[in-house]
Amino acid sequence: MTAETLSAPPSTPARRPLFRRRSAIPGFGVTLGVTLTILSLIVLIPLAAVAIKAATLSPSQFVAAAFSERAWAAYRLTFGAAFVAAVINGLFGVLTTWALVRYEFPGKTVINALVDLPFALPTAVAGIALATLYAPNGWIGQFLTPLGIKAAYNPIGVTIALIFIGLPFVVRTIEPVMRDLSADVEEAAASLGAGRLATIWRIILPALGPAWLTGFALAFARGVGEYGSVIFIAGNMPYKSEIAPLLIIIQLEQFEYANAAAIAVVMLGVSFLMLLLINAIQAWSRRFV
Amino acid sequence: MTISIRSVEKKFGRYPALNHVDLEIADGELVALLGPSGSGKTTLLRTIAGLEFPDAGQVLFGAEDVTFASAAARRVGFVFQQYALFKHMTVAKNIAFGLDVRKGAEKPSKAEIAKRVDDLLKLVELDGLGSRYPSQLSGGQRQRVALSRALAVQPSVLLLDEPFGALDATVRRSLRKELRRVHDATGVTTIFVTHDQEEALELADRVAILNAGRIEQIGTPHEVHDNPVSPFVCGFVGEANRFEGTVSGGRFTSGAVSFGANGVRDGAAVGFVRPHDLVLDDGGLEVRVDRVHVQGALASVSARAADGHHIEITTSRADAPRFSGAIKVAPRMSHVYPA
Ligand SMILES: Nc1ncnc2c1ncn2[C@@H]1O[C@H](COP(=O)(O)OP(=O)(O)O)[C@@H](O)[C@H]1O
Ligand SMILES: [Mg+2]
Repeated sequence: MTAETLSAPPSTPARRPLFRRRSAIPGFGVTLGVTLTILSLIVLIPLAAVAIKAATLSPSQFVAAAFSERAWAAYRLTFGAAFVAAVINGLFGVLTTWALVRYEFPGKTVINALVDLPFALPTAVAGIALATLYAPNGWIGQFLTPLGIKAAYNPIGVTIALIFIGLPFVVRTIEPVMRDLSADVEEAAASLGAGRLATIWRIILPALGPAWLTGFALAFARGVGEYGSVIFIAGNMPYKSEIAPLLIIIQLEQFEYANAAAIAVVMLGVSFLMLLLINAIQAWSRRFV
Repeated sequence: MTISIRSVEKKFGRYPALNHVDLEIADGELVALLGPSGSGKTTLLRTIAGLEFPDAGQVLFGAEDVTFASAAARRVGFVFQQYALFKHMTVAKNIAFGLDVRKGAEKPSKAEIAKRVDDLLKLVELDGLGSRYPSQLSGGQRQRVALSRALAVQPSVLLLDEPFGALDATVRRSLRKELRRVHDATGVTTIFVTHDQEEALELADRVAILNAGRIEQIGTPHEVHDNPVSPFVCGFVGEANRFEGTVSGGRFTSGAVSFGANGVRDGAAVGFVRPHDLVLDDGGLEVRVDRVHVQGALASVSARAADGHHIEITTSRADAPRFSGAIKVAPRMSHVYPA
């Protein structure tokens, strides 16, 4: 016991300013410098330009452009569908990852590759394929129509496209964590009397929590920004199935650049707040790492 | 709880990891499974735990046949080498887990669980650390959490697989004492695996020595050290000078070395002499001292026989000055086995 007390690290004698602590890990200055430069060039400055453009509107013009009834409907659809799709991907992604990590089965490599397909496939191709499948007379749509379900050219169609786009984000973020879960931990739970379900529910899923949240956030963010695949399956009816990115494009086509920027600023703000919130939850859920 | 292992066999593929293992463990005993890496210690321990199931044979807890009962049903406490703590739970939650997952009438009240967790934290000298996460603890502290987590369910038997293997020497020694203390305090039947003979001899009531999936010998630390039944046990438990030679007419000879071997049949043989069994003797074997190394009250002497055979001698520190230059030594005890 004394040995452990003795080996505790000595407290730092003189406190240095937070960002200037001596560290054996090299490259703090260089990496942070490059990061900030690149972030500025390709993220911050363009975003600032959007804000500046939107600022050319008077407050009442801004509200008229950004919070018209049509814009409200588009935000609701965009964020709502992205959220629902991310939740569905969150559930389905855990199952897919479980199957891929835990079992050996024929065709596993193929399925593994299929999961990544949404990363690589041009989104328009995905959109057209999905629209064809889920249209009322499509391969899958024809079975849904008699059940009274319409899966294309409405918000459901939007959600389907976003599920497709978001799945690999969830799978690929939780996969390494699930792979690293040691069999020991599950055996420990079993020896303590936990059944299979209790082990999954109380041990495995909580351990996946932080990675799951990351995957969820990525899928959600991707869903909010997705354009290419959605417009083919959405039907794009104003107030009903028109997503916010499309509304921006429509404004641009009418040379209403400032109006487009106003909508963009709202989306930026909301997305940023939501990602910030998710990051905070994540930081809290990582407290034990 | 008494544990009986009867003719247990276990193969992985075609490789027999356990080969006809028989072992009886008395209630409240502390038994070490000692053997080199790959000898089947972990497999045997996991078979007792219900984490592995034998191809043949029986495992009995008391009178009950549990050969195919699940780990959960056996109520064993298992401590893993790499702790296997639940990282997302606090220390207190980890310890409470086995009680928390119980259902219905079996499940103790919140207050009872909290009390039990407190008692266990005190038992392993971790009081006050209940709200930490495992990542905020040292290796030794983590293993103590694992130990109390296993004890929380009042297991019928406590099983530990190289529990101190991942820890540094000082912590290992203090945890060894702690395990003995915890065992004496709780009286739970305990089986622990180790490849460190010193650990096994120091800690256990009885030691079972495994080699290639079989138990070569089981006995008290004294018995296995002083009366090893096979060359393997003799070489593995404690230090020994090993000689290859022949027995003829009750005498073992290997080059210049020769000593009595009563009752061993004539032919090729191996002889062992423990370093502390070699004493100065004018009628003995002549050796040259190379080096004397003093350690506490003892001195280790490295010497060489005329034929170049390396010989280790242990003597008291006070006697060390007599071991220099050319000396003559003879064994006061030896072990000879037909090869
Ligand atoms: N799950 C397994 N699959 C295949 N072989 C195994 C498995 N577990 C153990 N073995 C083999 O069985 C033998 C005994 O292993 P083990 O019980 O782990 O030995 P020890 O704990 O004494 O080092 C080793 O040769 C090992 O390679
Ligand atoms: Mg082992």
